[in-house]
Amino acid sequence: MSRIELNNVMKRYGSVEVLRDINLDIQDGEFIVLVGPSGCGKSTLLRMIAGLEPISGGDFLIDGERMNDLRPRERDIAMVFQSYALYPHMDVARNMGFSMEIRKDPVAERKSRVEAAAKTLGLSALKDRLPRALSGGQRQRVAMGRAIIREPRAFLFDEPLSNLDAALRVEMRLEIARMHQRLGATMIYVTHDQVEALTLADRIVVLNGGDIQQVGTPLDLYERPANKFVAQFIGSPTMNILPTSSQPTGLGLPNGGHLAVPAGSQIQQVSELGVRPEHIDIVTTDDGDLTGVADVVERLGSDTNIYVQVDGVGSVLVRRSGNLSVKTGDRLGLHLQRDSIHLFNSGGTRLVHGTV
Amino acid sequence: MAVSRTHPVLIAGKYLALLGYLSFALFPLYWLLKIALTPDQLVYSEGTSLWPSSVTLSNFSEVLFQTDFLSYFGNSLTVSLGTAALTTLIAAGAGYAFSRFHFAGKRLLIVVMLVTQMFPLLMIIAPIYKIISSLGMLNSLTSLIVVYTAFNIPFATFLMQSFFDGIPKDLEEAAMMDGCSRFQALRKVVFPLTLPGLGATLGFVFTAAWSELLFALMLISKNDAMTFPVGLLTFVSKFSVDWGQMMAAGVLALVPSCLFFIFIQRYLVQGLTSGAVKG
Ligand SMILES: Nc1ncnc2c1ncn2[C@@H]1O[C@H](COP(=O)(O)OP(=O)(O)O)[C@@H](O)[C@H]1O
Ligand SMILES: [Mg+2]
Repeated sequence: MSRIELNNVMKRYGSVEVLRDINLDIQDGEFIVLVGPSGCGKSTLLRMIAGLEPISGGDFLIDGERMNDLRPRERDIAMVFQSYALYPHMDVARNMGFSMEIRKDPVAERKSRVEAAAKTLGLSALKDRLPRALSGGQRQRVAMGRAIIREPRAFLFDEPLSNLDAALRVEMRLEIARMHQRLGATMIYVTHDQVEALTLADRIVVLNGGDIQQVGTPLDLYERPANKFVAQFIGSPTMNILPTSSQPTGLGLPNGGHLAVPAGSQIQQVSELGVRPEHIDIVTTDDGDLTGVADVVERLGSDTNIYVQVDGVGSVLVRRSGNLSVKTGDRLGLHLQRDSIHLFNSGGTRLVHGTV
Repeated sequence: MAVSRTHPVLIAGKYLALLGYLSFALFPLYWLLKIALTPDQLVYSEGTSLWPSSVTLSNFSEVLFQTDFLSYFGNSLTVSLGTAALTTLIAAGAGYAFSRFHFAGKRLLIVVMLVTQMFPLLMIIAPIYKIISSLGMLNSLTSLIVVYTAFNIPFATFLMQSFFDGIPKDLEEAAMMDGCSRFQALRKVVFPLTLPGLGATLGFVFTAAWSELLFALMLISKNDAMTFPVGLLTFVSKFSVDWGQMMAAGVLALVPSCLFFIFIQRYLVQGLTSGAVKG
């Protein structure tokens, strides 16, 4: 069992606060992904949990036991570093078994566990190699093996895939997902890549500028982003944001158009409207909420991305599945799917609204 | 690495330049050996020929068995090994601290250490003499070890710091996550990776102490505490110089330096940390 709680945790470097009021309750066996732009404090938070960075305020508990002042080795947590941090003077087997060597576990048990981990990770043939004789992907596996072997209370990953090429990244992502299913251990995973976050996480924690923006399942964040930052950070391609004004009977669009909104919505405060590229239909110019000219058409095979220069608005991205026959220069009408529209006030907070 | 085709004349030129440099650098060593092997009566008659008409080992046997050479040699060995060990120990500790920790006064300390390197030795030799004599440590090998250590620490510290800087911090942190204390991480991960650095520092300090003359001349006047470079001067008497014995002693003095470098050179191999991070 390892339930991890962070209560009002904060981090200060001198007078600079890099993390504020971090509250998280991570259940045993949960896969939590910390995601956010570079410099938002993800690594710092992870290193505070690991014990490599002192906690400036608040409480960090594992299974109810306060961990703030324990040293890394007393916390029994494993970490996979972005740089892998393999010991260059030890071969693969010794790298993987190092924690057991330090713990003075029986040699026979160490051997058999290294053997087993090497087998699951496909490293059996490489056990005698030094790290410098391994490829990037193999080093990554050794780093994971080193973490698995000790059967820790929790696993931490700091952008473990960011040094791999795209194909290998997808493969290792799967590997990590399988590893989580097999071990059922609590895992905290840091990434700036929202695709990794969406595919791996039970719950995602979105950080920005040292604050938690939102905590939720991938679908929560996709369908009900708490604010404009989350709305734009989660989902690819990025959500379109259009300036909007509130009108007595609904929303005023920048091109002079009008969207009816049911009563009871917090419509008075609205200042912007967000709609994801995949929630815009292409219709005739007469039927569209907006009209514009196709500017760039990207054909991905499974999808078509159309950048439309909308009259009075600017560029809006539309994504339709399949291969559309739209050509550059075509005039299009755009229909915004009413139940997938997000409204934000001037502070960027998402407004609760009924179906528009 | 792209292999670029180079004109044969250029290659020949390159080797010629190397050859020129090597003969310039090695000629004094050759001359040392040649004179050491030349019989005394031929030194002046065949002194400028490249090889004497007959050779002898008598200079060596006389130096070894009829002079105080072995005593000088032993003293030098004590002083140099002592200095190398002490300096490297202190420099490793200081270099690690400079590389890994932030602490008040770190910049000031670095500046002060640099400042100590800025004065010509001749300026401070009198004050040093005064200090050592008031401590009653004249004519002792300990005084030499202390003085050499003091003067070698700044450079050795910067050397060690640069080696520690080259070892990723992640490695120590990974070791600590794997259950090591900071000291265990140092011993099991950092230390083995620093061996080249330790070797280089040991070698550098050893050589510097081995050939130091100025302080040894000032602080040592008794024959039984003389180090080798000072002892060498005893071959210069008032009326003559015993060239053959002096050169033989010089050749013998090269032996420990050579042995030392042969011993540490396997630790000097670069690239031991490659493969630790990224790739
Ligand atoms: N040792 C430090 N001293 C001062 N500021 C730091 C230190 N380490 C990190 N920071 C700051 O903390 C913030 C968060 O850093 P980090 O956790 O590495 O971001 P992320 O991993 O999300 O990219 C950054 O703005 C960074 O400049
Ligand atoms: Mg980071």
